[in-house]
Amino acid sequence: MSDETLALPGDALREGVVSALRDALGADLLDSLIKPNDDVWVRVSGEAWQQAGRVLRDTVGCDYFCFLSAIDWMPSPYGKSEDDPTAPTPERSTEIVQGYAGGSTRFQVFARVTNLSKHFGVTIKADVADEALAVDTWIPVYAGANWHERECHEMFGIGFTGHPDLRNMYLPTDFEGHPLRKDFPLLARIIKPWPGLADVEPLPGGDDDEEGAES
Amino acid sequence: MTDIADRQKLSYIAAQAADARLNVELETEGMTLNIGPQHPATHGTLRIIVRLDGEQVIWAEPSAGYMHRGYEKLTEVRTFPQVTALVNRIDWLGSFANEVPFILAAEKLMDIEAPARAQHIRTILFELSRIANVSLFLGDLGVQLGAVTPVFMAFRDREHVLNLIESATGGRFHPNFDRIGGLKDDLPAGFITECKQVMKKLRNFCDEMEDLLFGNEIFQSRLRGIGVIPAEVAKQYGLSGANLRASGVDWDLRRDQKLPLAYDKVEWKVWTHPDGDCFARCWIRLQETREATKIVDQLLDTMPSGPVMAKVPRIIKVPEGEAFVSTENPLGEMGYYVVSKGDLGPFRVKIRSASFNNVSIVPWVLRGVYVPDVISILASLYFILGDIDR
Amino acid sequence: MNLAVTIPYWGQSLLRVLGGTVAVLLPAGTIVYLFLFKMMSFMQSRLGPMEAGPYGSMQLFAEVGKWLQKEDITPARADKRVFRAAPLVVLVSTFLLVAVVPFGPDAYFTQFDAGLFYMLAVSSISTLGILMAGWSSANKYSLLGGLRAAGQLIAYELPMVLSVLGVVIQAGSMNLQTIVIKQNSDSIFGWNGLGYPYIATQFVGFLVFMVSVQAELTQTPFDMPIAESELVSGYMTEYSGFRFLIFFIAEFATAGVFALIASVLFLGGWGIPFSWFGWHSVDSIDNWMNVAGPLVMVTKMMVLAGIIMWVRFSYPRFREDQLQRFAWKVLIPVSLINIMLTAIFKVAF
Repeated sequence: MSDETLALPGDALREGVVSALRDALGADLLDSLIKPNDDVWVRVSGEAWQQAGRVLRDTVGCDYFCFLSAIDWMPSPYGKSEDDPTAPTPERSTEIVQGYAGGSTRFQVFARVTNLSKHFGVTIKADVADEALAVDTWIPVYAGANWHERECHEMFGIGFTGHPDLRNMYLPTDFEGHPLRKDFPLLARIIKPWPGLADVEPLPGGDDDEEGAES
Repeated sequence: MTDIADRQKLSYIAAQAADARLNVELETEGMTLNIGPQHPATHGTLRIIVRLDGEQVIWAEPSAGYMHRGYEKLTEVRTFPQVTALVNRIDWLGSFANEVPFILAAEKLMDIEAPARAQHIRTILFELSRIANVSLFLGDLGVQLGAVTPVFMAFRDREHVLNLIESATGGRFHPNFDRIGGLKDDLPAGFITECKQVMKKLRNFCDEMEDLLFGNEIFQSRLRGIGVIPAEVAKQYGLSGANLRASGVDWDLRRDQKLPLAYDKVEWKVWTHPDGDCFARCWIRLQETREATKIVDQLLDTMPSGPVMAKVPRIIKVPEGEAFVSTENPLGEMGYYVVSKGDLGPFRVKIRSASFNNVSIVPWVLRGVYVPDVISILASLYFILGDIDR
Repeated sequence: MNLAVTIPYWGQSLLRVLGGTVAVLLPAGTIVYLFLFKMMSFMQSRLGPMEAGPYGSMQLFAEVGKWLQKEDITPARADKRVFRAAPLVVLVSTFLLVAVVPFGPDAYFTQFDAGLFYMLAVSSISTLGILMAGWSSANKYSLLGGLRAAGQLIAYELPMVLSVLGVVIQAGSMNLQTIVIKQNSDSIFGWNGLGYPYIATQFVGFLVFMVSVQAELTQTPFDMPIAESELVSGYMTEYSGFRFLIFFIAEFATAGVFALIASVLFLGGWGIPFSWFGWHSVDSIDNWMNVAGPLVMVTKMMVLAGIIMWVRFSYPRFREDQLQRFAWKVLIPVSLINIMLTAIFKVAF
């Protein structure tokens, strides 16, 4: 657990969040990260997702639902789609590196809830295993999760057990694929690469380089 | 596959229907009415499927996505400075306000802060876009309820605000003016005097609206007690902005959050209303427009001197990390969850737009109301399609 | 009846037909240009049409030309014959209404003792047309609009009938011509400088009548059946081209005709107080009154139509249940009390 290393002075509030979650969930609280007086990230196991939501709402007092979504941590096989379509595709790293509060799976569901009386927010993440791409729904905890879960379902293909109505939110009903997955190609870009990505004109007299010298 | 989806849908419908105030003695054959995608009450292409019993709504289901542009995917192939041009188009009535939280998130990850003057100007433009957005709401509210005159007054006075934004940024609708580390430019000469005059006009406009609309008995009878959203439900659905404050929740991100913006340097009031009905939501917005003019006035008086751009590298690489920054936009809480991998562009951007949450309550709040109230409720919830569909 | 020229019967008929057309179309055009185009624009801090003709005065012809050119679309699922007939039914009711309005001592289309009764009866024909349009369009919005219109128009028919009863009691006649003459020849407590326009005693009736007229015309704040931001123009949703134009003309022509009727019932109609010129009876009225009468009528009509339109531009609309409640719980009791008081005073004095 990384929260010991971050036990900096001055943020009992956010440490209270982590300890409350640890008390309630035990080993299901996998990791946490506190930036003192700024923000807090916690990661729970996929099974404890709904339970964690309840704890956040009832014990921690985060009764305001901000958003729910997911991240695909796999690096995009298409890079930033800046390749020349006629040249062979360059080699790219396929190593999956998760962000704050770590992780062990390609997909993570994450959500943010806010405590309106004490003025802080919590970002909570949960690993979603590739083989069973589903977590429990948050609708019983936060009713507003309904649409967010629908959006997440169509964009990432992550199921939400217990959700009554996982229809597509934005896409046509017969749309194939999950657009926000990194391996879903942005076709417009692949056919015609965007010229602007590395569009850096040297300033007259400037000594800019790729590393970004100060102008 | 389809029959499972159908069954789920049916059970959902059944659950909602059971909840609705059904007239059991007089059971009649229902009618499904599509409000939208082309309908004057939906300000764009939102479709609301309502099941009617006579004129009473049994259940309602909004269907979005007619204008989904996939900004979350597009940001992944853009560099950080390029993203502002995209997110401008989310809430197109108050465009500048969309750029600010994203830039702030990038600045937070880079651990830089804009100079004091840039923060000041940002706040001024932020509030100007709020005025531009909400003044149109106040006019449009009249049209939705059948009064045609207020909307022209709104357009008349909004024009001054757009001119101001144009004079400072060069764009009336999509300024694309905010940069990581500051602003593209300083304010033009004469902006301050002109802005002060415009703020006076806008305050007059607010008074006019208060007389013309809010004091009108018909207007009140159309909005009072309609579409009541209790505070608990509002929080559960993540309503934000005036919709949340109208339910009595005293929560304004401008005040309740530490951000490098100039809100802590001015005196202003966060208005709340205990009722939670349509009237409260509209009334809060009127007061907010007034407060916004006051904020702008005070900021113009206390404008610090100095540069408008911090020292940033020419090629912006944002260090690895994650940050969520949200601001109190005209429509409500607008936030960006930015994940950076130390690259030129973001790895993932989750756009938390206000209208998405604000509209997700529609099935809940429309149950059992009458068709005319559907319009009042939709108007008072105030959404912009770009903000739902992103 | 001392006409200077004797007009043969066919000539009289021709004059009546032409006069009727003018009496319907002229108010409609004037109301649209003066109030809908100009007054509304000035209220909304804009200029309105300025290009067609001086101050945009030819705009109306441009609009009519535009509508006539447009395709006359009938929806595939519509009940075609009913759909096509509906606008005409609405317009017919307007023409039938104007038939009983007197414009001068001899300048009237027709005159009979049940004039007021007839007027109230034919004014509800337009309800039929609206219901036909709403039902036959095969559009849910139109259906809702049509049903709302039926409910509303029937509800407001009652206060309208009840509010004119006060006038009938005072005048002792249902003949509109008699009502006009009574108003101009009677005196208030012996002073006959102004005649006796019934608005003086029937002010409550006048208010109720004007409110009902506003509702009968489905003008804001009673425009729930049309409600363009909600039902997308209700029963008119599916209409285009000249059929829409007919609805449009009917709407404003009926506004003009009801304003005429209101001026006949409450403001003294075509007359100017007879005492000014020493007339004592119909027969002694000078002949030039047949020309001046219509002008007096038009002036009064414009004032009343202006009020109708002014209210239309200023107010938001009522909800369906609110306007029904207003009719049944406010207007009808008020007009019943008005009738009772009028009757008591009539007997007492």
